[in-house]
Amino acid sequence: MPVQYYIFLSIALFCIGVMGVLIRRNAIIIFMCIELMLNAVNLLLVAFSKMWVDAGRTDAASAQLFVFFVMVVAAAEVTVGLAVIVMMYRNSHSVDINILNRLKN
Amino acid sequence: MSLHEIIFIILSVVSIVTALGVIISKNPVNSVLSLIVLFFSITCHYVMLNAQFLAIVNFIVYMGAIMVLFLFVIMLLNLNSELEPQKRNWLKYAGAVSGGALLLVITGILRSASMASLDMNTASDIGLIKNLGNVLFKQYVVPFEISSILFLSAMIGAVVLGKKD
Repeated sequence: MPVQYYIFLSIALFCIGVMGVLIRRNAIIIFMCIELMLNAVNLLLVAFSKMWVDAGRTDAASAQLFVFFVMVVAAAEVTVGLAVIVMMYRNSHSVDINILNRLKN
Repeated sequence: MSLHEIIFIILSVVSIVTALGVIISKNPVNSVLSLIVLFFSITCHYVMLNAQFLAIVNFIVYMGAIMVLFLFVIMLLNLNSELEPQKRNWLKYAGAVSGGALLLVITGILRSASMASLDMNTASDIGLIKNLGNVLFKQYVVPFEISSILFLSAMIGAVVLGKKD
């Protein structure tokens, strides 16, 4: 099975995530789209790890550890981000990101 | 067409349909539920790619912890489709067109790239916990320790932000 299949699947998922960030205004949905993009990249890294294993490389486990660290960073990001969203909701009773425009002034 | 390709196509269709469901559905709870199905299909991809440990971590951390946190926040804030803020229509089309353009450009670049093919019939033990633990605690022990500091600061940050002042 060509590794291109996985590359194209990851690109499709990543672009759907980008589209979601662009077309939605709900802060939580935008956050979920960022998670989607991170997962697309993770899938690509795992596919490349499998490709290196099949090519006979011994250090292919590094790619899987990168995925592990991406998950770690994503978990930390989600905690802080959701705390920010809850605080934003408490102050303005909305999760609309356009409200954050008032940070300008 | 081999069995692996059939499984891959089924899982990919599920992934893409649920990913579209995340960005299209009006109700945020439905978005979270589609994202959970998407993460499950990605977990199945990991199992197919000999990444057993990552599959379990994805299952537990992403589907179990992170998505439940999202669901919890959405239900705490009592969001539903009536309160959903909507962008203007032309902005939506512009966003969809730019995302599609990105998809086209990257696909066009990578279409002619020649890469090795995956041998799905051989199983390797690279994704098992023993192997990954060896690499993690020998080669990557400094990033591992730094990520613990990251978690500590994230925890403190969440508590400070969430505190009522």
